[in-house]
Amino acid sequence: MTAAVNRGSRVGTSQILLGLSIAILVIVVAVPVLLIFLNAFWVDGAFNVADVVKVLREPDTYQALVNSLILASGVTVTGTIVGTFFAWLVTRTDLPFKGTMKVLFLVPFMLPSFIGALAWKMLLSPRSGYINRMFMDVFGLDGPVFDIYTYGGIILVETMYLFPFVFIQVAGALERMDPTLEESARISGANLFTITRRITIPLVMPSILSGSLLIMLYSMAHFGTVAVLGIEAGIYNIPTLIYEKIHQSAGSFASIRTGTVLATVLVITAAFILWLQNRVLSRGKYQIIAGKSFRPTQLKLRGLRVPLLLFCIAYIGFTIVLPTATIFMVGALKTYGLPFTAENMTFYNYKFILFEWQLTKDAIWNSISLGLAAAAITMFAGVIISYVIVKMKVRGKGILEFLGMLPFSVPGSVIALGVILAWSGKYGVNLYNTVWIILVAYIARYMAFSLKANSAALEQVHDSLVEAARASGATMWQALRDVVVPLVRPGMVAAFFLIFLPALRELTVSVMLYGPTTRTIGVAIYTLSEDGETVYSAALAGIALVIIVFGESVIKRLFKVGRKG
Amino acid sequence: MAYIELEDVTKRFGVVTAVDRLNLSIEQGECVAMLGPSGCGKTTTLRMFAGFEDLDGGEIRVGKRIISSKKTHYYLPPEDRNFGMVFQAFAVWPHLTVYENVAFPLQIRKLPKAEVQARAEEALKHTNLFHVRDSSPEDLSGGGKQRVALARALAIRPDVMLLDEPLSSLDPHFREEMRFEIKDLQRRFNHSILYVTHDQSEAMALSDRILVMRLGVVQQVGTPLEIYGAPANRFVFEFIGLSSFLQVALRDGRMEVGGASYAPPLPPPAELVVQGGAWLAARPNEIAFTAEGGVRATVLRKAFLGEVMDYRVAVGDAEVRVQTSRRDPGPAVGEACGLVFERPRWYPLAE
Ligand SMILES: Nc1ncnc2c1ncn2[C@@H]1O[C@H](COP(=O)(O)OP(=O)(O)OP(=O)(O)O)[C@@H](O)[C@H]1O
Ligand SMILES: [Mg+2]
Repeated sequence: MTAAVNRGSRVGTSQILLGLSIAILVIVVAVPVLLIFLNAFWVDGAFNVADVVKVLREPDTYQALVNSLILASGVTVTGTIVGTFFAWLVTRTDLPFKGTMKVLFLVPFMLPSFIGALAWKMLLSPRSGYINRMFMDVFGLDGPVFDIYTYGGIILVETMYLFPFVFIQVAGALERMDPTLEESARISGANLFTITRRITIPLVMPSILSGSLLIMLYSMAHFGTVAVLGIEAGIYNIPTLIYEKIHQSAGSFASIRTGTVLATVLVITAAFILWLQNRVLSRGKYQIIAGKSFRPTQLKLRGLRVPLLLFCIAYIGFTIVLPTATIFMVGALKTYGLPFTAENMTFYNYKFILFEWQLTKDAIWNSISLGLAAAAITMFAGVIISYVIVKMKVRGKGILEFLGMLPFSVPGSVIALGVILAWSGKYGVNLYNTVWIILVAYIARYMAFSLKANSAALEQVHDSLVEAARASGATMWQALRDVVVPLVRPGMVAAFFLIFLPALRELTVSVMLYGPTTRTIGVAIYTLSEDGETVYSAALAGIALVIIVFGESVIKRLFKVGRKG
Repeated sequence: MAYIELEDVTKRFGVVTAVDRLNLSIEQGECVAMLGPSGCGKTTTLRMFAGFEDLDGGEIRVGKRIISSKKTHYYLPPEDRNFGMVFQAFAVWPHLTVYENVAFPLQIRKLPKAEVQARAEEALKHTNLFHVRDSSPEDLSGGGKQRVALARALAIRPDVMLLDEPLSSLDPHFREEMRFEIKDLQRRFNHSILYVTHDQSEAMALSDRILVMRLGVVQQVGTPLEIYGAPANRFVFEFIGLSSFLQVALRDGRMEVGGASYAPPLPPPAELVVQGGAWLAARPNEIAFTAEGGVRATVLRKAFLGEVMDYRVAVGDAEVRVQTSRRDPGPAVGEACGLVFERPRWYPLAE
């Protein structure tokens, strides 16, 4: 306080902001994570690593670790291949309708993968899957042709939803790449195959790797698909086992310990993957950006043009249209398992879910209000924290920078477990089974998005703008209000929607935290499906899809208008 | 028959005719510069020559062999043309070392290892890059990167060298240095070169002949001296060097400008006399002041540019640029004076 008096109000303001930022991150993110580490390593008042190893070597824990590794590696490999191939196809060839295709390949980003997994379960589950039954009927087979409850099935479904990570990065790199880099190889005597192998792929390798590490990160921490498709066949990965331990055995000491040990492994893995990604990006940042924007030379597909177009259409039909249609059709069935004929279909399910059934009405309301609240709070907290990190010169900022990295490497199931440890009454506040515990967890979970969007916006605001305002006589607060806030508003809006939309369809966190009246949409869809209420589950999933697609398109419109204005 | 022949070469992009019936022949060992304003079709011509673009008309031959032909739809792929090419944005591969960049085209040609090394090192020595052969091109300056590109093109002992504004990404002082290096290398290896630039002094310094282009149409082909001394039309006159133009009416063997009538400094061609008007063109340093007589004018502005004194003078409504040696005192601003055209030229008005 003396410093504030001595050096004027500016230092005081900075310190208040810094303190506030640190407090937010400590309470919301650091404490839960620390509690996890503590519970994992601190046994009977002593630091104990041997016990952690013992937990890791228990058969079910060990198997979950192996499964996570198998699934994540599998998804990473297939997702990278699929993503790179389609990225190349839409940027470097004369494929027809490339623009449309590019947009369509990004649609999976929008769709919640656990809803996709539910659809595939309806289509390909060995006993009752529609496609399996069709094959059995048509060819008179005795057993199912496909079994989705397998490693391969899970990898396939996750790939459909995660490949856009690679697609987006590689397509961007290929589009920005200076075409003369390839042309000079061509005139040097290399044919297209050699150029692709020795010039193009090495040059976009940093983008490929960074995209595949993102796939790995997400797949490692992914709950939904494995929960829907794996549990039946006894395939657990780390997040689903944490869920199983915490949820099924409601808080026994041993299960909480197993949960925290698994969560620790997950955090360390995530941090490692992020570190690796950072290295790849900083080491491999070649100057391959085109100086003059010329159209890159396109490979003429000639005879392959139509077959490849059909292949893309088939892929999109198979991975997007088919599962989505399945969800809506099943949601309209009178009873699950009936054939899709007019007399078996009804709109009543949708009406029942939207207007009559308390459980689903609650879920929709919970998700929307949680999403709005989490988005608003996290957005404002993110602005303050990013402002201190990006713009302020104040001592002690290093701590904040470190804390600011934390949200990026804490997966959802870890957050959920952490808030259970922190907010279940052990430390004076009991939020368990209330909607507030989910809100706290959402704020922690989505803080990374907010920090990213806001610091990107703030970095665009040059220091001299604030200095000019202050030189014109504005106080620090006036400069913030009149200069900085208007300039970062786009970043704030982006942060809001980057949080609101994923929160709407969130499952991983809320599935561990929900109570009798605090189901979210995701939880309701998942539990209904687990309880065998497949039709209502599908109907609610259909409604969720409509809300999500509607939300996305409203936002796209909003941003377009905003940019013009 | 010349070594390289481009015959009626045409390229269209939608409604734009980027190159319109271009004819050019280049002898073995000759350096021809293509000069013209931005968007006039220089790069397009070069890319057709390299095989990156198909033709919409015409034919390209090198050493009697057809390499691109609209008529037969035959296009030798770029990788089989044995050309060396240097791009404006360097296009050196950042994931390879300097040596690997230069060796790449030789490895592609499946030469024996020893020869790859010998030829790559030779090219590196010629371009003063030998000492940085193991660095990444990313660590070199713009001039260094462009040398790598040059070495890479030289290493294959190309039949033809194609350079697309190779110096325009460089700092001005590097530009002049590299210009001499390129000229040196060309003399040593006796390559045929097609060199694209929009910098006239570069074209003058480097090339045996210059082709001036405008909106896809060739305006003039000739030695630098011909292009500068006898521009084929007003565009070429204006594009090469400094220029002053005066629009005059031609009547009864006299020229009229600014409300007065004079005896023309040079008899105008008959067809222009028929048209009744013409452009009188002159270089600013080929116009002199005289107190009495000459074309009457008033000094508007006057600036000292070091070697020369730069004037803007008004002749009626028109403005003319005049440059005199700094040693001449010349008229003051606002003063009336006369202009004497020492080496004027006539160009038709409709252009
Ligand atoms: N791939 C293309 N598609 C459509 N139009 C093109 C393409 N390439 C060139 N053009 C057009 O053809 C004309 C000639 O372009 P070109 O690049 O050959 O000009 P340039 O003389 O090299 O110009 P600069 O000095 O700017 O490099 C321009 O009008 C350009 O817009
Ligand atoms: Mg060009």
